[in-house]
Amino acid sequence: MTETEPVAFPQDRTCPYHPPTAYDPLRTDRPLTRITLYDGRKAWLVTGHTLARSLLADQRLSSDRSHPDFPAPNIRFTAAKNRKVALLGFDDPEHRTQRRMMVPSFTLRRAAALRPEIQRIVDERLDAMIAQGPPGELVSAFALPVPSMVICALLGVPYADHEFFEGQSRRLLRGPKVSDVQDARDQLDAYFAQLIDTKLKQSEPGDGVLDELVHEKLREGELDRREVMSFATILLIAGHETTANMISLGTFALLQHPERLAELRARPELLPDAVEELMRMLSIADGLLRRATEDIEAGGTTIRAGDPVLFSTSVINRDADVYEDPDTFDWHRPNRHHVAFGFGIHQCLGQNLARAELEIALRTLFERLPTLRLAVPAEEIPFKPGDTIQGMLELPVTW
Amino acid sequence: MHIDIDKDVCIGAGQCALAAPKVFTQDDDGFSALLPGREDGGADPMVREAARACPVSAIAVSDD
Repeated sequence: MTETEPVAFPQDRTCPYHPPTAYDPLRTDRPLTRITLYDGRKAWLVTGHTLARSLLADQRLSSDRSHPDFPAPNIRFTAAKNRKVALLGFDDPEHRTQRRMMVPSFTLRRAAALRPEIQRIVDERLDAMIAQGPPGELVSAFALPVPSMVICALLGVPYADHEFFEGQSRRLLRGPKVSDVQDARDQLDAYFAQLIDTKLKQSEPGDGVLDELVHEKLREGELDRREVMSFATILLIAGHETTANMISLGTFALLQHPERLAELRARPELLPDAVEELMRMLSIADGLLRRATEDIEAGGTTIRAGDPVLFSTSVINRDADVYEDPDTFDWHRPNRHHVAFGFGIHQCLGQNLARAELEIALRTLFERLPTLRLAVPAEEIPFKPGDTIQGMLELPVTW
Repeated sequence: MHIDIDKDVCIGAGQCALAAPKVFTQDDDGFSALLPGREDGGADPMVREAARACPVSAIAVSDD
């Protein structure tokens, strides 16, 4: 039997809101197929929706990134290998203890209570963008600062430092060099070490999540400094990068579908469904990583202990057995149950906050700027490479 | 209808309360809980949808 070389994964998207055309063979090979990682290593790729839900909830697949055999999607990832990343880099039972500390701060109720503050931030950023334009650059004027300000308020991180931590997050996620990733980690560590010291000295603690961690968990010895720093880093980065990408890419995708946008403007009550459909279609965290700790029978084959297993959320969320006409934007379809936030114990902690931010940001943006449109041809607008979280690098707009 | 929530398994994702807000809520610790008076699901068709939405299968629904 001759075996052809499995498709390389990840690859760059051709259109920023569709899976790469190079994934077409993967999309038809469900529910499980083979891929080649950047370093030549062969891995399993889960492509079917039902199997994805079952395997993402299967604790025989480990998220421990410090394991020497843990798969890496790019060379930069190797810089993170000897580090334990809070929440997403741990398995149960450690993960469970960490998650339980965080959950009260990220409930539906907490997200609902933050809505007025999110609206205030969105209005303020739009006022500033409108005062300076048209035209405008939507990523730097709106998509990035909104979630950045929201997560700063929630965590108790001074927004005045945003240029620093946004820049370091960018290096951490996109390098370009391995040394950039290492240096960004060191700089963020030093930053949070200092912030923790500042908070420890405050006689009147603030009401941010970090203030609680420092004054309750660190003081009481439930967490050590390194753990608080790890929480701070992951919450800050996950809290602004991902939502920023959803706002920029969601806006771009809606502008490319004027008939859909017109419907949404006429019927804003459809927005929660539209946000779910955008999550499904855009699948910005495309390539979840796991390592099998035992042999697992799946998809008519055996995943061996030690095998790397990846999940392409963009492919899974377009499984034609689950979503009819999966490449079409349609928020009238039943579109809950997508895996854009992951599934299993690591499903996104901040998903309810993200939904609130996306609803408020998109509704207000299109309300305030009814003539919003791209300022340059769509094909000239740069977007992020395939080996990181997907989103627009820039979004030049006018109105 | 009988609804069982396994709070040892629950990760507080809030998917049940999002899918069936007339039956499920999150308690102060963030764990899934049934709203008072809705312990039997109140014949809400979204209860099964809520169980399916749970990322860790912490909700079991059975007919009495």
